[in-house]
Amino acid sequence: MAERAQPWGDHVAAVFIWTAAAVVTSVFVWMLADIVWNGAGQISWEFLTAPTDDAGRAGGIGPILVSTAMILGVCMAVSVPLGVGTAVLLSEFTGTNVTFGRLVRRSLDVLAGVPSIVFGLFGNAFFCHVLGLGFSILAGGLTLACMVLPILIRSTEAGLRAVPNEYRMGAAALGISRTSALWHVLLPAAAPGIVVGLVLGVGRAIAETAALLFTSGYVDRMPGSLFDSGRSLSIHIYDLSMNVAGGSANAYASALVLVALLVPINAGISWVADRWLHRRLVR
Amino acid sequence: MIPPAAPPAHTPASTQSRVLAAGARPMVEAQRVSVRYGKHVAVEDVTVSIGRQQITALVGPSGCGKTSFLGTLNRLSDLIPGCEVAGRVSVDGEDIRARGFDLVGLRRRVGMIFQKPNPFPLSVRRNLEFPLREHGVRDRARVAEVVEQSLRNVGLWAEVKDRLDAPALALSGGQQQRLCIARALALEPDVLLMDEPCSALDPLSSGVVEDLIGQLRAQYTVLIVTHNLAQARRIADNVALFWAQGGPGRLVEHAPTEAFFESPRDPLTIAYVGGLRG
Amino acid sequence: MSPSHRDRALGWVLRATAALVAAIVVLIVAFLVVESAGVLRKLGPLRFLTDPSWHPTSGSFDLTAMLLGSLLVTVGAVVLATPAGVASALFCRYYAPAPLAKLYGRMIEVLAGIPSVIYGMWGLMVLVPLIGKWQPPGPSLLAAVLILTLMILPTIALFSDAALAKVPDRYVRGAAALGLTRWATLRGVVLPAARSGLFTGVLLGMGRAIGETMAVLMVCGNVVQTPGSLFDPIRPLTANIALEMGYALGDHRSALFVSGLVLMGMVVVLVGTAELVSRGRLHG
Repeated sequence: MAERAQPWGDHVAAVFIWTAAAVVTSVFVWMLADIVWNGAGQISWEFLTAPTDDAGRAGGIGPILVSTAMILGVCMAVSVPLGVGTAVLLSEFTGTNVTFGRLVRRSLDVLAGVPSIVFGLFGNAFFCHVLGLGFSILAGGLTLACMVLPILIRSTEAGLRAVPNEYRMGAAALGISRTSALWHVLLPAAAPGIVVGLVLGVGRAIAETAALLFTSGYVDRMPGSLFDSGRSLSIHIYDLSMNVAGGSANAYASALVLVALLVPINAGISWVADRWLHRRLVR
Repeated sequence: MIPPAAPPAHTPASTQSRVLAAGARPMVEAQRVSVRYGKHVAVEDVTVSIGRQQITALVGPSGCGKTSFLGTLNRLSDLIPGCEVAGRVSVDGEDIRARGFDLVGLRRRVGMIFQKPNPFPLSVRRNLEFPLREHGVRDRARVAEVVEQSLRNVGLWAEVKDRLDAPALALSGGQQQRLCIARALALEPDVLLMDEPCSALDPLSSGVVEDLIGQLRAQYTVLIVTHNLAQARRIADNVALFWAQGGPGRLVEHAPTEAFFESPRDPLTIAYVGGLRG
Repeated sequence: MSPSHRDRALGWVLRATAALVAAIVVLIVAFLVVESAGVLRKLGPLRFLTDPSWHPTSGSFDLTAMLLGSLLVTVGAVVLATPAGVASALFCRYYAPAPLAKLYGRMIEVLAGIPSVIYGMWGLMVLVPLIGKWQPPGPSLLAAVLILTLMILPTIALFSDAALAKVPDRYVRGAAALGLTRWATLRGVVLPAARSGLFTGVLLGMGRAIGETMAVLMVCGNVVQTPGSLFDPIRPLTANIALEMGYALGDHRSALFVSGLVLMGMVVVLVGTAELVSRGRLHG
């Protein structure tokens, strides 16, 4: 009986797996086509640069893009030094203190799992209230920095670990200080890992909405400084499609812009990672 | 005919007089040096004096502690987690294991060449410039001069002078190894430690590097780990045999090359050298 | 400064950096605890489960309907996304011809990078009206489950793929040599061998589902109630925070931090379990 059931099971499994893949693919295509179809019509230079009007129903997304870029800028300016520094400590300096390294790693694992809305709560309580930044681009950027740290640290650390140990030994044998070896040899050699982390971090930050709702706020005017509230692209999409009747056309257009920013980012990471892997295999 | 297996009792103590002329000041001196990795003892109780401007080959089977011993002489063993060193090591009379000893200065004076060529992933020129600048040679003309001279010293100048800015990793294995030697020589060390510098190279490159090492004798004190007894015989002034009999590696015999091969005293040496003859 | 002093200084700077980074988690928990302490001390934790309803402005703080909402959405999404995600990984590795597998893999990666707000928008504009036509009103538990399934599917698929990649080739060849069919090999040899990796992926997908806010918020209807059917609107904990945080004050605000603390607790447990599973201390 069992023997006869086997080929039958084989067919059922194959059909199921091909169907699953087909369904996932068609939903993906459907979603993307829907956004392109409904969004492409509105996209123009005018749309990308003009200020928003009538709660976003009319006008463009100029100030939104500026706010998004400023939030990203704050996020990366804070998270990159912290992230690279921590990664260097974890991969190059923990030999002396294993417990401390383990502690840092464990806390990063937890940080990576914290839901974005909880980051929003924390950012609101800490940056907006305790530090007195209010709803501002600075508060939003800092909140996002906390969020992208685990991603940055993981790939930078992976990059550093992939650097052959011979470079470290060679540098030490020449009497080169660890600081110089890091700066001139190890970090450049780990650059692909850092780039991947950077790009992943930007991708995560640009996609984030919930953590920004109560930190950078909703204001859709052109921000004058980092202390102004600024509305990110993702919040704009949320607000237009949820709260503004008649906003769906511009919501689609903004969504298309967001996807258009993200897809090259994702493709870019795969490319860098592939090339890097290839180079390492060839060598 | 191969002599019977060696009895365990052997004392290398008196070998020193055969190697070092009376009253000569040794360049490198190890006294009762032991190396352990956690519970595993790799080298035990090695006492040896290395004379100036000589090539000393450290030979012996794999895993007998030659490389571990070499790592104690520039304290690169500090970098290996769990590695502990005991005993006294001195270079030019100074105890390099003293507290607060200037490691940067030590490693400038004691250069090291690794088994696998390890140029940095920089250009040929930057590979030489970077360590020089690190050691405070900043004058551009002076740096350029040292770069050229070091490359000439290893016979690489003619081969790379037109591509000094090409990546060092694009050179062949033998060229990379000579670049590493040039990089070490650029710092004007007194001692060069070489850990099987030819074993990862093809026979042709290996020959070129070997000839180069032979020429270093006049200026440097060279300690070279090798598995190749013929190579040791060709280039070394003195040969030291390390041996690990199931336990930690020990120094068995240290003698001038001629004596080591022609009239070895220790039964282990007799057996080992006999293997070469047989 | 001499090089060795510079090295030592760098060591301390890096240690301080890492300590700061590690402190973020502590700070997050501390803020959640401090901010929710007010209402917890005043009312006690039990009130959040026993109050008659969620009317925080009039002192009624029942979280059970929203907890149930979170739970139902998560379980529904995991139940649908697990087979689809594992099937996707199997498709890539054992069924699709190489170019198609590569393309499909890329697509999954892109899908993983699409922001939740886009999933939410698409759900709101396309899926909800479709469900509404069939079983009004449209914004519902079902819509939330479907959108969330789509969102966590890439997580599960990518982890499953990594787990399958670790299964040694010789297992597969060995099974083939015994004349087993492809599915028998996968079911009998490959999937069991990849079990802990698959389980880790599912747990992390679950963590992502329970913490997801935007996509769910936009399609679930946001009515605080215990749903009677798949087509009833619901409101999960995350959506509740997002909706009310903007205007909440005093005990109300504090109560939202309590729900944040609850979310955080659930996620920590899931991440912790996933780590134990992936290290092989626990078997899935």
